[in-house]
Amino acid sequence: MLADGRLLHAAARSLGRLAQGYLLSAAIGVPLGVVMARRPGVNAALRPVVLGLQALPSICWLPLAILWFGLSEIAILFVVVMGSLLAIAIATEDAVCGIDPVLLRVAGTLGIRRVRFVAGVLLPAALPGVLTGLKLGWSFAWRALMAGELLFVAGGLGQLLQAGREVLDAAQVMGVMVAIVAIGVLIDRVLFRVLELRVRRRWGLAEAV
Amino acid sequence: MWLDLVARLARRLRGAPGARGGFLVPSRRRRGTPKIDVRRVGHRFGNEVVALRDVNIEVHAGEFVCLVGPSGCGKTTLLYALAGHLDPSGGRISIDGVRVKGPGPDRLLVFQEPALFPWLSVRQNVMFPLRAQGLSRAEADRRAREFISLVHLDGFEDTLSHQLSGGMRMRVQLARALALDPAVLLMDEPFAALDAQTRSHMHVLLQRIWLRDRKTVVFVTHDVREALVLGDRVVVMAARPGRVLHDLEVRLPRPRDPDDEALVELSRQVRDELRRAEGEGAPPPGGAEEEGDARLAEDRGARDRPAADLGAPL
Repeated sequence: MLADGRLLHAAARSLGRLAQGYLLSAAIGVPLGVVMARRPGVNAALRPVVLGLQALPSICWLPLAILWFGLSEIAILFVVVMGSLLAIAIATEDAVCGIDPVLLRVAGTLGIRRVRFVAGVLLPAALPGVLTGLKLGWSFAWRALMAGELLFVAGGLGQLLQAGREVLDAAQVMGVMVAIVAIGVLIDRVLFRVLELRVRRRWGLAEAV
Repeated sequence: MWLDLVARLARRLRGAPGARGGFLVPSRRRRGTPKIDVRRVGHRFGNEVVALRDVNIEVHAGEFVCLVGPSGCGKTTLLYALAGHLDPSGGRISIDGVRVKGPGPDRLLVFQEPALFPWLSVRQNVMFPLRAQGLSRAEADRRAREFISLVHLDGFEDTLSHQLSGGMRMRVQLARALALDPAVLLMDEPFAALDAQTRSHMHVLLQRIWLRDRKTVVFVTHDVREALVLGDRVVVMAARPGRVLHDLEVRLPRPRDPDDEALVELSRQVRDELRRAEGEGAPPPGGAEEEGDARLAEDRGARDRPAADLGAPL
């Protein structure tokens, strides 16, 4: 399996999908979180919906996705986005609400407004929290993708897992599971951990070693 | 009773041992348009607490005015109203004749906390608002270096704020504010969180910078001695309701030494007076100003207002 390149091919396919879905949900989730934190009206309207939908396992979106988009790549992207978007939005909202009010006031008195305020004060100040949300969103996206691929024939690691079951090859099933875990750990523990640590150190939240 | 108290203070201050020629005299109304004009400003929080009542202060360009008083006297509320972060529920605040509406780049608030952006280095912290004002990168960099050097932080340009001591962070904040060259500097107990040694260094530094640039400064503090060291004028405020007790002019030569005998004696007098004012409770409603102040006559109307609207507890 590893030798004939099927595993690598499947992993590449899954990661490609994940990258698309994840970037999309980060691109929507972070601004959504910022808007929810800064606009009480939007918050009042969206917060119950967001919190409610958070309780829905992302794979439950699959039937709806298939009805709407058919058996396409878009359907599976939709599941991935729905799986991670809300976690990212909620974490971003929390992070923005938790910004030291003195920083917001000082930005006001220094005449920093609009785009410069959002990009130069709001987002950097919230970054440690946003990063935690992105990490959480990433693991949600990964799970949603695997579940989606299991149920939905379109290549990728999930389908390879399913294929292993169909030919009663426990070794293949376990091999793919190990691969899924390995990718998850690699990105979660290595990429995000390093990123988080660097940000926390620069922001003065963690002791420099 | 109240006028009597004021008269007694005036006598005391004039007859005090340190008052050869009067180091501390009731400030007289100056001619010309004031830079900052606070007129009959009142403010109450949630219709219950009267934070300010009928406050009248004029600050002229280049003056260093200290607002001093116990906590709850509304000095910070007044400062925030000047900065435009808070809209007073009554009266009018204008700067150069223009009514204050919201924060503006012409007056900068310096906070008790250093309020630096932790993800930026010292130089970037100073540069960021300059860039926001549209200065070119080179120009902003030049100004940042100039003002970092002014507060004696050469060599720390690329340090992150959490790697600095409290006094150094405060100096960065000062440099950041000064680099923007605001017409008015509003300082909210900026040195209150520093240790005594650092604070007195900051006093020397601030006096030196002020003597150089002659900015208009409104400086809030609860430390009477600090107010006397720094201020041209000391506006003494009292609490419940927040009001102006005295508006005094400090006539001591600069730079001033906090351990100067005359200054220590004056600060003791002002503190005694504050304690007495607190002991006697709130005066009758109306303007609480120095005797002979022209504003007193104007405020007669306010004096006759019924006390019912003053947020008395049920």
